Amino acid sequence: MMSPTVHDVPDTVKDATMTDLGRVLILAGGLSPEREVSLHSGGRLRDALTRIGVDADLADVDAATLPALAADPPDVVFPVLHGTSGEDGTIREVLDLYDLPYVGAAPPACRVAFDKATAKAAVTAAGVATPAAVTLPRAAFHDLGAAALIERIVARLGLPVVVKPRAGGSAFGVSRVDDASGLAEALMACFGYHDSALIERAVSGVEIAVGVIDFGDGDSDSDSTGPVALPAVEIEPAAGVYDYAARYTAGATAFFTPARLDDAVLRAAAETAITAHRVLGLRDLSRTDMIVDAAGNVQFLEVNVAPGMTDTSTWPMGLHAAGLDFAVVCRDLAARATNRARPGPR
Amino acid sequence: MIASEVRALFAVASRPEIVSLAGGMPAVDALPMEAVAATVSELVLSRGAVALQYGSAQGDPDLRARICDVMAMEGITDARPDDVVVTAGSQQALDLLTRVFVDPGDVVVTEGPTYVTAINTFAAYQARIVHVPMDADGLSPSALAETLGRLAAEGARVKLLYTVPTFQNPGGITLTPPRRAEVIEICRRAGVLVVEDNPYGLLSFTGEPVRAMRADAPDDVVYLGSFSKTLAPGLRVGWALAPAPVTARLVLAAESAILSQSMFTQLVVERYLATQPWAEQVKVFREMYRERRDAMLDALAQSMPAGATWTRPDGGFFVWLTLPDGMDTRSMLPRAIAARVAYVPGAGFYADGSGRNSMRLSFCYPPPDRIRDGVGRLGRVVRDELDLHDTFRP
Repeated sequence: MMSPTVHDVPDTVKDATMTDLGRVLILAGGLSPEREVSLHSGGRLRDALTRIGVDADLADVDAATLPALAADPPDVVFPVLHGTSGEDGTIREVLDLYDLPYVGAAPPACRVAFDKATAKAAVTAAGVATPAAVTLPRAAFHDLGAAALIERIVARLGLPVVVKPRAGGSAFGVSRVDDASGLAEALMACFGYHDSALIERAVSGVEIAVGVIDFGDGDSDSDSTGPVALPAVEIEPAAGVYDYAARYTAGATAFFTPARLDDAVLRAAAETAITAHRVLGLRDLSRTDMIVDAAGNVQFLEVNVAPGMTDTSTWPMGLHAAGLDFAVVCRDLAARATNRARPGPR
Repeated sequence: MIASEVRALFAVASRPEIVSLAGGMPAVDALPMEAVAATVSELVLSRGAVALQYGSAQGDPDLRARICDVMAMEGITDARPDDVVVTAGSQQALDLLTRVFVDPGDVVVTEGPTYVTAINTFAAYQARIVHVPMDADGLSPSALAETLGRLAAEGARVKLLYTVPTFQNPGGITLTPPRRAEVIEICRRAGVLVVEDNPYGLLSFTGEPVRAMRADAPDDVVYLGSFSKTLAPGLRVGWALAPAPVTARLVLAAESAILSQSMFTQLVVERYLATQPWAEQVKVFREMYRERRDAMLDALAQSMPAGATWTRPDGGFFVWLTLPDGMDTRSMLPRAIAARVAYVPGAGFYADGSGRNSMRLSFCYPPPDRIRDGVGRLGRVVRDELDLHDTFRP
């Protein structure tokens, strides 16, 4: 089955005008290393929504958040918190406790998607290719001996490899390792951000990100307007590495939308993004990062349930390339969430 | 870890949940705000037309006279108001001096580690920065002589020795009096101008001001002073005291940079010094910072594992903590932020990538209880880092 792309988005979605949308509270900031990125995302979203007449506020998440939610509950929450508590399901679990509807995936799906190792296993089971990887906690290196494990990892995966925190974003703690002697240092840097490391075979090729918007009801089997893939964004960092600086410094990375790839590859990338979104049980929006190897095979790297919305973020670029208005799509996603059945009595 | 990643982590460190031992912000909330307000109000009502007008590039003469009185507290008794140039914080004085003296490729010698923003200034003018090590007595004269000799043999043009000799930022170290004389003599023989940056000199915890290097070497030292730590950094009032030919060039440079210093903030400082018990306020600051220094040193003694060493400052804002060789305080920073404590990794205070196993801890801003909490958290992070280190580099 061919997965739908943005060209298949029903006009009802493209032209939707939601007049009953109340106050939207955007949650951003927090204490993750991605705080600054999240505040940029949140600020940009607030400005966009305000521009089209939506009553939108931005709140930094802290000890004052819950009393404020209880005292003056918004009609819908749009979480753009990146990093652990924003993407691992925590904040959404809290919002469920307050019976507040929100944009994006539910906690169980977030937990699976945010854990790179589990997400890779889930999409692999659905027939999606992903680079071979080994996932080990810091304790294993401590208790069993780092040298022997590193030797076996290199024997299994070869070199180069990419070392990543098992969960986390914005390339914090991520290193590419070309020489076995660099693996220990890369692991130490990785364990600065998470207690478990995903060591993945590095694949040379074209890095792409494919955004997904989903105006379905979250039930993939009965969806008539299920998830659709946005045009793939090709990422070409000037310095060769898509690290934190390359991500959030204007001009440090060249983006090509749509990606300079064959139609068949673009179609495969769209299918991969849709498959990941469906298999992981996501809703509303997601972004899947992939690499297209030299043979043109699309390989899944990771998926994001709260994709970045900064000026240099790829999810809004995909919307723009599709001819969709960032503000309108976000407003409609918020309206969709508002109308979603509440998890409990209000 | 790349610099932008460190900046992103510092964005988290500014949150109140984090005990920040990173920033060197003076505790301005200890100022008597009503007295400040009265000073500002009186100034505007009585001399508003002057305070809100352009002034001279050299600075207000009355303020320059008061600055001479302030410097007399540190033993500089021969300064004349004509030798003083008021600047936007002493940072601007450093910038102007570098602009006047340093051409691309020239060498600036500094302590290692040194004030990070001085490094940035020298780098902006394409200077080559060469560090000279310190010990508990400050800059090593023998290492300085050896370095200047080596640079001369290379044919390098050494223009300045930049030093923070008193309660150094970031080291918290003070150059001893005998060494001050030695350092000046070594630089005099080598034809190198000494830049004495002294923002913390009046914040001595023994109560006795440290005699400035400039006091005994008027022709060899340019002295930089500031009201940022003894009054308020938001006013941006600092100064340079220089030999007359240098002063003239600094005034010209200031004129092209800024036309005139802010008359408003200069006169706020001048009036505050004239009408309020400023010297008493400096005592209040000293006592407050001494209590915070004590809290930090006590907490370090209780929390740090064997192998960690730190300086014991007699004034100023900072303690320099050194961890065992091979440890990297930059890669440890995310773990510290996760543990809700922040510091500045040491490598930033060197131009040559040294200092990876060190960090600067500031005791100036958080109250003592927060300092104890923060250092306790840091101790746990350091132990965890040692464990990680042992895992991967047994």
